[in-house]
Amino acid sequence: MRVSVRDLQVTYRAPGGLALPALGPISFEVEPEQFVAIVGPSGCGKSSLIRVLAGLQKPSSGSAYLNHQPIQEPSSAVGLMFQDSNLMPWRTVIDNIALPLELAGVSKMERRAQAADLIPQLGLEGFEEAYPGELSGGMAQRVALGRVLIQRPEVLLLDEPFGALDALTREQISLDLLQLWQQSGATAIMVTHDIREAVLLADRVFVFSQRPGKLIADVHITLPRPRHSDDMFNEAFGDFVRQVRAAIDRA
Amino acid sequence: MLANVLSYTLNKFISNEKYVLKPRRSVVRRYALIATPLTVLAVWHFITLLELFPVFIIPSPQAVGIKLIAVIQDGRLWLHMGVTLQEVLGGLFLGVSVGMILGYLIAHIPVLEDLLSPIIVAFQATPILAYAPLLVIWFGTGITGKMITGALVVFFPMLMNTIVGIRSVPENLRDLMRVSRASRWQLFAKLELPAAMPVLLTGLKTSATLAVIGAVVGEFVTANAGLGYWVKVARDSYDTPLVFVAVISLTVIALSLYGAVSLLERRLLAWQRRHRLVD
Repeated sequence: MRVSVRDLQVTYRAPGGLALPALGPISFEVEPEQFVAIVGPSGCGKSSLIRVLAGLQKPSSGSAYLNHQPIQEPSSAVGLMFQDSNLMPWRTVIDNIALPLELAGVSKMERRAQAADLIPQLGLEGFEEAYPGELSGGMAQRVALGRVLIQRPEVLLLDEPFGALDALTREQISLDLLQLWQQSGATAIMVTHDIREAVLLADRVFVFSQRPGKLIADVHITLPRPRHSDDMFNEAFGDFVRQVRAAIDRA
Repeated sequence: MLANVLSYTLNKFISNEKYVLKPRRSVVRRYALIATPLTVLAVWHFITLLELFPVFIIPSPQAVGIKLIAVIQDGRLWLHMGVTLQEVLGGLFLGVSVGMILGYLIAHIPVLEDLLSPIIVAFQATPILAYAPLLVIWFGTGITGKMITGALVVFFPMLMNTIVGIRSVPENLRDLMRVSRASRWQLFAKLELPAAMPVLLTGLKTSATLAVIGAVVGEFVTANAGLGYWVKVARDSYDTPLVFVAVISLTVIALSLYGAVSLLERRLLAWQRRHRLVD
Protein backbone atom coordinates (compact mmCIF):
# COMPACT_ATOMS: atom_id res chain seq x y z
CA MET A 1 0.00 0.00 0.00
CA ARG A 2 1.27 3.44 -0.94
CA VAL A 3 1.51 6.04 1.79
CA SER A 4 1.65 9.68 0.77
CA VAL A 5 1.78 12.84 2.76
CA ARG A 6 1.15 16.25 1.22
CA ASP A 7 1.85 19.60 2.93
CA LEU A 8 1.02 17.99 6.24
CA GLN A 9 1.16 20.20 9.31
CA VAL A 10 0.39 19.45 12.93
CA THR A 11 0.07 22.36 15.32
CA TYR A 12 -0.76 22.12 19.01
CA ARG A 13 -2.44 24.79 21.02
CA ALA A 14 -0.46 25.71 24.17
CA PRO A 15 -2.39 26.48 27.38
CA GLY A 16 -1.83 30.22 26.85
CA GLY A 17 -3.47 30.01 23.42
CA LEU A 18 -0.12 30.11 21.69
CA ALA A 19 0.18 27.97 18.54
CA LEU A 20 2.96 25.36 18.84
CA PRO A 21 3.86 23.96 15.43
CA ALA A 22 5.02 20.36 15.95
CA LEU A 23 5.36 19.05 12.45
CA GLY A 24 5.68 20.19 8.90
CA PRO A 25 4.81 21.31 6.41
CA ILE A 26 6.04 17.98 5.13
CA SER A 27 5.47 15.95 1.94
CA PHE A 28 6.70 12.51 0.93
CA GLU A 29 5.73 9.30 -0.84
CA VAL A 30 6.40 5.79 0.41
CA GLU A 31 6.16 3.08 -2.23
CA PRO A 32 4.28 -0.13 -1.52
CA GLU A 33 6.32 -2.65 0.50
CA GLN A 34 8.97 -0.08 1.27
CA PHE A 35 10.51 0.19 4.74
CA VAL A 36 11.06 3.75 5.90
CA ALA A 37 12.82 4.64 9.13
CA ILE A 38 12.42 8.11 10.60
CA VAL A 39 15.16 9.57 12.79
CA GLY A 40 15.43 13.01 14.27
CA PRO A 41 15.80 15.00 17.47
CA SER A 42 13.23 14.44 20.20
CA GLY A 43 10.09 16.50 19.93
CA CYS A 44 10.36 16.78 16.15
CA GLY A 45 6.81 15.60 15.57
CA LYS A 46 7.62 12.02 14.58
CA SER A 47 4.98 10.61 16.89
CA SER A 48 2.45 13.16 15.64
CA LEU A 49 3.10 11.93 12.11
CA ILE A 50 2.52 8.33 13.17
CA ARG A 51 -0.72 9.30 14.92
CA VAL A 52 -1.98 11.09 11.81
CA LEU A 53 -1.12 8.09 9.63
CA ALA A 54 -2.90 5.79 12.11
CA GLY A 55 -6.01 7.96 11.86
CA LEU A 56 -5.84 8.81 15.56
CA GLN A 57 -5.29 12.50 15.01
CA LYS A 58 -6.45 15.03 12.42
CA PRO A 59 -3.74 17.12 10.76
CA SER A 60 -3.98 20.89 11.22
CA SER A 61 -3.53 21.30 7.47
CA GLY A 62 -2.55 19.19 4.49
CA SER A 63 -3.39 15.50 4.18
CA ALA A 64 -2.10 11.97 4.39
CA TYR A 65 -3.22 9.27 1.98
CA LEU A 66 -3.32 5.50 1.77
CA ASN A 67 -3.41 4.49 -1.90
CA HIS A 68 -4.53 8.05 -2.67
CA GLN A 69 -7.47 7.86 -0.25
CA PRO A 70 -7.27 10.55 2.44
CA ILE A 71 -6.90 9.15 5.96
CA GLN A 72 -9.93 10.18 8.02
CA GLU A 73 -10.13 7.49 10.68
CA PRO A 74 -8.32 4.30 11.73
CA SER A 75 -8.21 1.71 8.97
CA SER A 76 -8.12 -2.06 9.31
CA ALA A 77 -5.28 -2.05 6.75
CA VAL A 78 -3.03 -0.18 9.18
CA GLY A 79 -1.32 -1.72 12.20
CA LEU A 80 0.24 0.42 14.91
CA MET A 81 2.91 -0.62 17.39
CA PHE A 82 3.37 1.64 20.38
CA GLN A 83 6.41 2.77 22.36
CA ASP A 84 5.61 0.46 25.21
CA SER A 85 4.08 -2.93 24.67
CA ASN A 86 0.65 -1.60 25.68
CA LEU A 87 -0.69 -5.06 26.48
CA MET A 88 -3.80 -5.75 28.51
CA PRO A 89 -2.48 -7.14 31.79
CA TRP A 90 -5.62 -9.23 32.39
CA ARG A 91 -5.27 -11.11 29.11
CA THR A 92 -2.94 -14.01 28.44
CA VAL A 93 -0.29 -13.75 25.71
CA ILE A 94 -2.42 -15.58 23.19
CA ASP A 95 -5.52 -13.50 23.94
CA ASN A 96 -3.52 -10.29 23.68
CA ILE A 97 -2.25 -11.32 20.26
CA ALA A 98 -5.74 -12.31 19.16
CA LEU A 99 -7.37 -9.06 20.32
CA PRO A 100 -7.70 -7.38 16.88
CA LEU A 101 -9.40 -10.48 15.48
CA GLU A 102 -11.69 -10.65 18.50
CA LEU A 103 -12.73 -7.05 17.93
CA ALA A 104 -13.34 -7.83 14.27
CA GLY A 105 -15.73 -10.61 15.29
CA VAL A 106 -13.58 -13.64 14.39
CA SER A 107 -14.66 -16.78 16.29
CA LYS A 108 -12.68 -17.83 19.34
CA MET A 109 -11.35 -21.04 17.79
CA GLU A 110 -10.29 -19.34 14.59
CA ARG A 111 -8.54 -16.43 16.26
CA ARG A 112 -6.72 -18.61 18.78
CA ALA A 113 -5.56 -20.86 15.94
CA GLN A 114 -4.20 -17.88 14.04
CA ALA A 115 -2.48 -16.53 17.13
CA ALA A 116 -0.97 -19.95 17.85
CA ASP A 117 0.50 -19.99 14.33
CA LEU A 118 2.35 -16.75 15.04
CA ILE A 119 3.75 -17.86 18.41
CA PRO A 120 6.81 -19.77 17.10
CA GLN A 121 7.78 -16.99 14.69
CA LEU A 122 7.67 -14.56 17.57
CA GLY A 123 9.77 -16.85 19.76
CA LEU A 124 7.05 -17.11 22.38
CA GLU A 125 6.63 -20.89 22.57
CA GLY A 126 5.54 -22.01 26.00
CA PHE A 127 4.27 -18.58 27.01
CA GLU A 128 0.85 -18.79 25.35
CA GLU A 129 -1.02 -18.76 28.65
CA ALA A 130 1.32 -16.40 30.51
CA TYR A 131 0.15 -12.96 31.60
CA PRO A 132 2.01 -9.78 30.56
CA GLY A 133 3.15 -9.25 34.16
CA GLU A 134 5.15 -12.46 33.85
CA LEU A 135 7.05 -11.39 30.74
CA SER A 136 10.30 -9.51 30.25
CA GLY A 137 10.24 -6.24 28.30
CA GLY A 138 11.50 -7.89 25.12
CA MET A 139 8.93 -10.66 25.25
CA ALA A 140 6.15 -8.17 25.89
CA GLN A 141 7.18 -6.30 22.74
CA ARG A 142 7.13 -9.57 20.84
CA VAL A 143 3.54 -10.06 21.94
CA ALA A 144 2.76 -6.51 20.81
CA LEU A 145 4.38 -7.28 17.45
CA GLY A 146 2.24 -10.40 17.14
CA ARG A 147 -0.88 -8.38 17.92
CA VAL A 148 -0.07 -6.02 15.02
CA LEU A 149 0.85 -8.76 12.55
CA ILE A 150 -2.22 -10.93 13.20
CA GLN A 151 -4.45 -8.43 11.43
CA ARG A 152 -2.19 -8.74 8.32
CA PRO A 153 -1.73 -4.99 7.96
CA GLU A 154 -0.77 -3.51 4.63
CA VAL A 155 0.84 -0.63 6.44
CA LEU A 156 2.89 -1.16 9.57
CA LEU A 157 3.43 1.88 11.78
CA LEU A 158 6.08 1.49 14.47
CA ASP A 159 6.56 4.30 16.97
CA GLU A 160 9.95 3.63 18.61
CA PRO A 161 8.81 0.12 19.42
CA PHE A 162 12.11 -1.08 20.88
CA GLY A 163 13.18 2.13 22.59
CA ALA A 164 12.97 0.76 26.10
CA LEU A 165 14.86 -2.50 25.46
CA ASP A 166 18.50 -3.30 26.14
CA ALA A 167 20.86 -3.38 23.16
CA LEU A 168 21.10 -7.16 22.77
CA THR A 169 17.36 -7.79 23.03
CA ARG A 170 16.78 -4.90 20.72
CA GLU A 171 19.06 -6.22 17.99
CA GLN A 172 17.49 -9.67 18.07
CA ILE A 173 13.94 -8.39 17.97
CA SER A 174 14.83 -5.98 15.13
CA LEU A 175 16.13 -8.87 13.07
CA ASP A 176 12.98 -10.87 13.78
CA LEU A 177 10.90 -7.89 12.78
CA LEU A 178 12.88 -7.65 9.54
CA GLN A 179 12.06 -11.24 8.69
CA LEU A 180 8.37 -10.97 9.63
CA TRP A 181 8.03 -7.74 7.66
CA GLN A 182 9.55 -9.33 4.57
CA GLN A 183 7.04 -12.19 4.73
CA SER A 184 4.15 -9.80 5.26
CA GLY A 185 4.62 -7.58 2.21
CA ALA A 186 3.54 -4.56 4.23
CA THR A 187 4.71 -1.01 3.86
CA ALA A 188 6.53 -0.09 7.05
CA ILE A 189 7.16 3.29 8.68
CA MET A 190 9.19 3.17 11.84
CA VAL A 191 10.31 5.90 14.21
CA THR A 192 13.60 5.15 15.93
CA HIS A 193 16.44 6.84 17.76
CA ASP A 194 18.95 4.21 16.76
CA ILE A 195 20.72 5.05 13.50
CA ARG A 196 22.22 1.57 13.10
CA GLU A 197 18.79 0.03 13.54
CA ALA A 198 17.38 2.43 10.96
CA VAL A 199 20.06 1.56 8.40
CA LEU A 200 19.79 -2.18 9.04
CA LEU A 201 16.03 -2.30 8.54
CA ALA A 202 15.09 0.45 6.12
CA ASP A 203 15.08 1.10 2.39
CA ARG A 204 15.02 4.79 3.13
CA VAL A 205 15.95 6.75 6.21
CA PHE A 206 14.12 10.06 6.69
CA VAL A 207 15.95 12.59 8.81
CA PHE A 208 13.71 15.15 10.52
CA SER A 209 14.74 18.61 11.71
CA GLN A 210 14.09 20.21 15.08
CA ARG A 211 10.53 21.22 15.85
CA PRO A 212 8.54 21.84 13.76
CA GLY A 213 9.80 18.64 12.12
CA LYS A 214 10.63 18.90 8.43
CA LEU A 215 12.15 16.33 6.13
CA ILE A 216 15.76 17.40 5.69
CA ALA A 217 17.28 14.22 4.26
CA ASP A 218 16.03 11.10 2.53
CA VAL A 219 18.87 8.58 2.55
CA HIS A 220 18.34 5.56 0.27
CA ILE A 221 19.87 2.47 1.86
CA THR A 222 20.81 0.30 -1.10
CA LEU A 223 22.19 -2.62 0.93
CA PRO A 224 20.96 -5.90 -0.61
CA ARG A 225 18.17 -7.91 1.04
CA PRO A 226 17.70 -10.18 2.86
CA ARG A 227 19.86 -8.49 5.46
CA HIS A 228 21.54 -10.13 8.44
CA SER A 229 23.26 -8.98 11.59
CA ASP A 230 26.65 -9.56 9.86
CA ASP A 231 25.79 -6.77 7.44
CA MET A 232 26.41 -4.33 10.26
CA PHE A 233 30.15 -4.96 9.93
CA ASN A 234 30.23 -4.10 6.19
CA GLU A 235 31.99 -1.01 5.00
CA ALA A 236 28.89 0.06 3.04
CA PHE A 237 26.80 -0.23 6.21
CA GLY A 238 29.21 2.04 8.04
CA ASP A 239 29.07 4.56 5.18
CA PHE A 240 25.28 4.76 5.37
CA VAL A 241 25.41 5.18 9.15
CA ARG A 242 27.88 8.05 8.73
CA GLN A 243 25.71 9.62 6.03
CA VAL A 244 22.63 9.59 8.28
CA ARG A 245 24.68 10.77 11.24
CA ALA A 246 25.95 13.74 9.21
CA ALA A 247 22.39 14.66 8.17
CA ILE A 248 21.25 14.59 11.81
CA ASP A 249 24.13 16.85 12.81
CA ARG A 250 22.92 19.38 10.27
CA ALA A 251 19.38 19.16 11.69
CA MET B 1 -14.12 18.82 44.83
CA LEU B 2 -15.61 15.51 43.95
CA ALA B 3 -12.16 14.24 43.08
CA ASN B 4 -10.77 15.10 46.52
CA VAL B 5 -13.51 13.32 48.41
CA LEU B 6 -13.02 10.50 46.03
CA SER B 7 -9.30 9.95 46.50
CA TYR B 8 -9.86 10.06 50.23
CA THR B 9 -12.52 7.37 49.99
CA LEU B 10 -10.27 5.36 47.77
CA ASN B 11 -7.20 5.51 49.98
CA LYS B 12 -9.24 4.58 52.97
CA PHE B 13 -10.19 1.26 51.50
CA ILE B 14 -7.48 0.37 49.06
CA SER B 15 -5.31 -1.09 51.80
CA ASN B 16 -7.86 -3.87 52.33
CA GLU B 17 -7.44 -5.10 48.83
CA LYS B 18 -3.73 -5.87 48.96
CA TYR B 19 -4.34 -7.92 52.04
CA VAL B 20 -6.51 -10.44 50.22
CA LEU B 21 -4.09 -10.72 47.33
CA LYS B 22 -1.15 -11.74 49.48
CA PRO B 23 0.25 -15.24 49.04
CA ARG B 24 -0.79 -17.99 51.46
CA ARG B 25 -0.25 -17.31 55.15
CA SER B 26 2.28 -19.23 57.18
CA VAL B 27 0.99 -21.78 59.73
CA VAL B 28 1.74 -19.45 62.65
CA ARG B 29 -0.18 -16.64 61.06
CA ARG B 30 -3.15 -18.87 60.38
CA TYR B 31 -3.30 -19.90 64.05
CA ALA B 32 -2.97 -16.24 65.01
CA LEU B 33 -6.12 -15.58 63.04
CA ILE B 34 -8.09 -18.00 65.26
CA ALA B 35 -6.28 -17.01 68.46
CA THR B 36 -7.70 -13.48 68.58
CA PRO B 37 -11.41 -14.42 68.62
CA LEU B 38 -10.68 -17.16 71.16
CA THR B 39 -8.86 -14.71 73.41
CA VAL B 40 -11.71 -12.22 73.21
CA LEU B 41 -14.14 -14.98 74.14
CA ALA B 42 -11.97 -16.07 77.08
CA VAL B 43 -11.59 -12.51 78.42
CA TRP B 44 -15.33 -11.98 78.06
CA HIS B 45 -16.00 -15.20 79.95
CA PHE B 46 -13.51 -14.25 82.68
CA ILE B 47 -15.05 -10.79 83.21
CA THR B 48 -18.53 -12.24 83.64
CA LEU B 49 -17.13 -14.80 86.12
CA LEU B 50 -15.96 -11.89 88.29
CA GLU B 51 -19.57 -10.63 88.36
CA LEU B 52 -18.42 -7.02 88.22
CA PHE B 53 -21.40 -6.03 86.07
CA PRO B 54 -25.04 -7.04 86.20
CA VAL B 55 -26.24 -9.45 83.51
CA PHE B 56 -28.17 -6.78 81.63
CA ILE B 57 -24.92 -4.90 81.06
CA ILE B 58 -22.59 -7.74 80.14
CA PRO B 59 -24.23 -11.15 79.82
CA SER B 60 -22.01 -14.23 79.93
CA PRO B 61 -21.11 -16.04 76.71
CA GLN B 62 -23.24 -18.94 77.91
CA ALA B 63 -26.31 -16.72 78.35
CA VAL B 64 -25.85 -15.42 74.82
CA GLY B 65 -25.36 -18.98 73.55
CA ILE B 66 -28.55 -20.16 75.22
CA LYS B 67 -30.44 -17.20 73.77
CA LEU B 68 -29.05 -17.96 70.33
CA ILE B 69 -30.23 -21.57 70.46
CA ALA B 70 -33.65 -20.43 71.67
CA VAL B 71 -34.19 -17.95 68.83
CA ILE B 72 -32.95 -20.44 66.27
CA GLN B 73 -35.44 -23.00 67.58
CA ASP B 74 -38.44 -20.66 67.63
CA GLY B 75 -37.52 -19.41 64.15
CA ARG B 76 -37.27 -15.73 65.08
CA LEU B 77 -33.58 -15.50 64.11
CA TRP B 78 -34.29 -16.62 60.53
CA LEU B 79 -37.24 -14.26 60.28
CA HIS B 80 -35.28 -11.16 61.28
CA MET B 81 -32.11 -12.20 59.52
CA GLY B 82 -34.11 -12.86 56.35
CA VAL B 83 -35.70 -9.42 56.42
CA THR B 84 -32.36 -7.67 57.00
CA LEU B 85 -30.64 -9.77 54.35
CA GLN B 86 -33.28 -8.77 51.79
CA GLU B 87 -32.83 -5.13 52.68
CA VAL B 88 -29.05 -5.39 52.51
CA LEU B 89 -28.96 -7.21 49.18
CA GLY B 90 -31.63 -4.96 47.67
CA GLY B 91 -29.86 -1.81 48.85
CA LEU B 92 -26.52 -3.12 47.68
CA PHE B 93 -27.85 -3.98 44.24
CA LEU B 94 -29.64 -0.66 43.84
CA GLY B 95 -26.78 1.48 45.15
CA VAL B 96 -24.10 -0.36 43.19
CA SER B 97 -26.08 -0.24 39.93
CA VAL B 98 -26.95 3.43 40.15
CA GLY B 99 -23.45 4.31 41.40
CA MET B 100 -21.78 2.46 38.54
CA ILE B 101 -24.03 3.81 35.81
CA LEU B 102 -23.79 7.39 37.04
CA GLY B 103 -20.05 7.02 37.68
CA TYR B 104 -19.52 5.77 34.14
CA LEU B 105 -21.46 8.69 32.69
CA ILE B 106 -19.63 11.24 34.87
CA ALA B 107 -16.26 9.74 33.90
CA HIS B 108 -17.08 10.38 30.24
CA ILE B 109 -19.09 13.60 30.44
CA PRO B 110 -17.16 16.07 32.63
CA VAL B 111 -19.98 18.64 32.68
CA LEU B 112 -22.16 16.08 34.46
CA GLU B 113 -19.68 16.12 37.31
CA ASP B 114 -20.06 19.89 37.67
CA LEU B 115 -23.83 19.61 37.50
CA LEU B 116 -24.23 16.74 39.93
CA SER B 117 -21.41 17.09 42.43
CA PRO B 118 -23.23 19.71 44.59
CA ILE B 119 -26.12 17.30 45.13
CA ILE B 120 -23.97 14.22 45.52
CA VAL B 121 -21.52 15.76 47.95
CA ALA B 122 -24.34 17.35 49.98
CA PHE B 123 -26.02 13.95 50.28
CA GLN B 124 -22.76 12.37 51.30
CA ALA B 125 -21.86 15.10 53.81
CA THR B 126 -25.23 14.99 55.58
CA PRO B 127 -25.50 12.16 58.12
CA ILE B 128 -27.82 9.51 56.73
CA LEU B 129 -29.48 9.22 60.15
CA ALA B 130 -30.70 12.80 59.80
CA TYR B 131 -32.62 12.28 56.61
CA ALA B 132 -33.53 8.63 57.01
CA PRO B 133 -36.91 9.63 58.58
CA LEU B 134 -37.72 11.44 55.33
CA LEU B 135 -37.15 8.23 53.43
CA VAL B 136 -39.65 6.51 55.71
CA ILE B 137 -42.19 9.22 54.96
CA TRP B 138 -41.63 8.82 51.24
CA PHE B 139 -41.12 5.10 50.86
CA GLY B 140 -43.06 3.68 53.80
CA THR B 141 -42.06 1.60 56.77
CA GLY B 142 -41.54 -1.61 54.79
CA ILE B 143 -38.48 -3.16 53.19
CA THR B 144 -38.31 -0.62 50.32
CA GLY B 145 -37.44 2.32 52.60
CA LYS B 146 -34.50 0.38 54.07
CA MET B 147 -33.29 -0.65 50.66
CA ILE B 148 -33.24 3.01 49.64
CA THR B 149 -31.40 3.96 52.84
CA GLY B 150 -28.84 1.25 52.13
CA ALA B 151 -28.59 2.26 48.49
CA LEU B 152 -27.86 5.86 49.44
CA VAL B 153 -24.99 4.80 51.71
CA VAL B 154 -23.60 2.39 49.13
CA PHE B 155 -24.01 4.72 46.19
CA PHE B 156 -21.22 7.16 47.02
CA PRO B 157 -18.18 4.88 47.30
CA MET B 158 -19.37 2.94 44.26
CA LEU B 159 -19.75 6.14 42.27
CA MET B 160 -16.30 7.34 43.29
CA ASN B 161 -14.60 4.07 42.54
CA THR B 162 -16.29 3.86 39.16
CA ILE B 163 -15.15 7.37 38.22
CA VAL B 164 -11.58 6.65 39.33
CA GLY B 165 -11.58 3.26 37.64
CA ILE B 166 -12.86 4.46 34.28
CA ARG B 167 -10.71 7.60 34.26
CA SER B 168 -7.55 5.63 35.04
CA VAL B 169 -7.83 3.45 31.94
CA PRO B 170 -4.51 4.12 30.14
CA GLU B 171 -4.87 6.48 27.18
CA ASN B 172 -2.57 4.21 25.15
CA LEU B 173 -4.98 1.31 25.51
CA ARG B 174 -7.83 3.57 24.40
CA ASP B 175 -5.76 4.40 21.31
CA LEU B 176 -5.19 0.71 20.73
CA MET B 177 -8.94 0.11 20.79
CA ARG B 178 -9.45 3.00 18.38
CA VAL B 179 -6.88 1.76 15.84
CA SER B 180 -8.45 -1.68 16.14
CA ARG B 181 -11.76 0.01 15.35
CA ALA B 182 -13.52 -1.25 18.44
CA SER B 183 -17.19 -0.37 18.81
CA ARG B 184 -18.48 1.66 21.75
CA TRP B 185 -19.68 -1.54 23.40
CA GLN B 186 -16.37 -3.34 22.80
CA LEU B 187 -14.51 -0.40 24.30
CA PHE B 188 -16.59 -0.83 27.44
CA ALA B 189 -16.63 -4.62 27.68
CA LYS B 190 -13.08 -5.41 26.54
CA LEU B 191 -11.18 -2.45 27.93
CA GLU B 192 -12.93 -0.18 30.41
CA LEU B 193 -14.63 -2.84 32.49
CA PRO B 194 -11.64 -5.17 32.94
CA ALA B 195 -9.21 -2.26 33.39
CA ALA B 196 -11.40 -0.70 36.08
CA MET B 197 -12.19 -4.05 37.71
CA PRO B 198 -9.64 -3.83 40.58
CA VAL B 199 -11.00 -0.43 41.64
CA LEU B 200 -14.62 -1.48 41.11
CA LEU B 201 -14.13 -4.52 43.33
CA THR B 202 -12.58 -2.38 46.05
CA GLY B 203 -15.70 -0.22 45.86
CA LEU B 204 -17.95 -3.24 45.97
CA LYS B 205 -16.18 -4.51 49.07
CA THR B 206 -16.68 -1.19 50.83
CA SER B 207 -20.27 -1.13 49.65
CA ALA B 208 -21.01 -4.61 50.93
CA THR B 209 -20.35 -3.63 54.54
CA LEU B 210 -21.94 -0.19 54.15
CA ALA B 211 -25.16 -1.76 52.88
CA VAL B 212 -25.52 -3.49 56.28
CA ILE B 213 -25.11 -0.15 58.06
CA GLY B 214 -27.71 1.42 55.76
CA ALA B 215 -30.27 -1.30 56.45
CA VAL B 216 -29.78 -1.09 60.22
CA VAL B 217 -30.06 2.72 60.19
CA GLY B 218 -33.34 2.34 58.30
CA GLU B 219 -34.60 -0.22 60.79
CA PHE B 220 -33.68 2.01 63.71
CA VAL B 221 -35.93 4.72 62.36
CA THR B 222 -39.04 2.58 62.00
CA ALA B 223 -39.49 -1.11 61.42
CA ASN B 224 -41.42 -4.10 62.57
CA ALA B 225 -38.85 -6.73 61.65
CA GLY B 226 -35.14 -7.11 60.98
CA LEU B 227 -32.00 -7.41 63.08
CA GLY B 228 -31.71 -3.65 63.69
CA TYR B 229 -35.31 -3.55 64.85
CA TRP B 230 -34.56 -6.53 67.06
CA VAL B 231 -31.62 -4.77 68.69
CA LYS B 232 -33.91 -1.85 69.55
CA VAL B 233 -36.69 -4.05 70.93
CA ALA B 234 -34.28 -6.17 72.98
CA ARG B 235 -32.58 -3.10 74.41
CA ASP B 236 -35.91 -1.56 75.41
CA SER B 237 -36.77 -4.72 77.37
CA TYR B 238 -33.25 -5.01 78.84
CA ASP B 239 -32.79 -8.36 77.09
CA THR B 240 -29.06 -7.78 76.61
CA PRO B 241 -28.26 -11.38 75.55
CA LEU B 242 -30.71 -10.87 72.67
CA VAL B 243 -28.97 -7.61 71.73
CA PHE B 244 -25.74 -9.61 71.54
CA VAL B 245 -27.36 -12.26 69.35
CA ALA B 246 -28.72 -9.65 66.95
CA VAL B 247 -25.43 -7.76 66.76
CA ILE B 248 -23.45 -10.94 66.17
CA SER B 249 -25.91 -11.92 63.42
CA LEU B 250 -25.30 -8.57 61.74
CA THR B 251 -21.57 -9.18 61.97
CA VAL B 252 -22.07 -12.55 60.32
CA ILE B 253 -24.01 -10.97 57.44
CA ALA B 254 -21.42 -8.22 56.94
CA LEU B 255 -18.47 -10.62 57.06
CA SER B 256 -20.13 -13.09 54.70
CA LEU B 257 -20.76 -10.37 52.14
CA TYR B 258 -17.23 -9.09 52.51
CA GLY B 259 -15.92 -12.63 52.11
CA ALA B 260 -18.06 -13.24 49.03
CA VAL B 261 -16.69 -10.13 47.33
CA SER B 262 -13.15 -11.14 48.33
CA LEU B 263 -13.68 -14.52 46.71
CA LEU B 264 -15.00 -12.86 43.59
CA GLU B 265 -11.94 -10.64 43.61
CA ARG B 266 -9.59 -13.63 43.89
CA ARG B 267 -11.24 -15.17 40.86
CA LEU B 268 -11.50 -12.06 38.70
CA LEU B 269 -8.09 -10.65 39.54
CA ALA B 270 -6.14 -13.89 39.45
CA TRP B 271 -3.84 -12.30 36.88
CA GLN B 272 -2.58 -9.83 39.49
CA ARG B 273 -1.08 -12.63 41.55
CA ARG B 274 1.03 -13.93 38.67
CA HIS B 275 4.58 -12.68 38.77
CA ARG B 276 7.57 -12.73 36.50
CA LEU B 277 8.71 -16.14 35.32
CA VAL B 278 11.69 -15.04 33.28
CA ASP B 279 13.96 -12.09 32.96
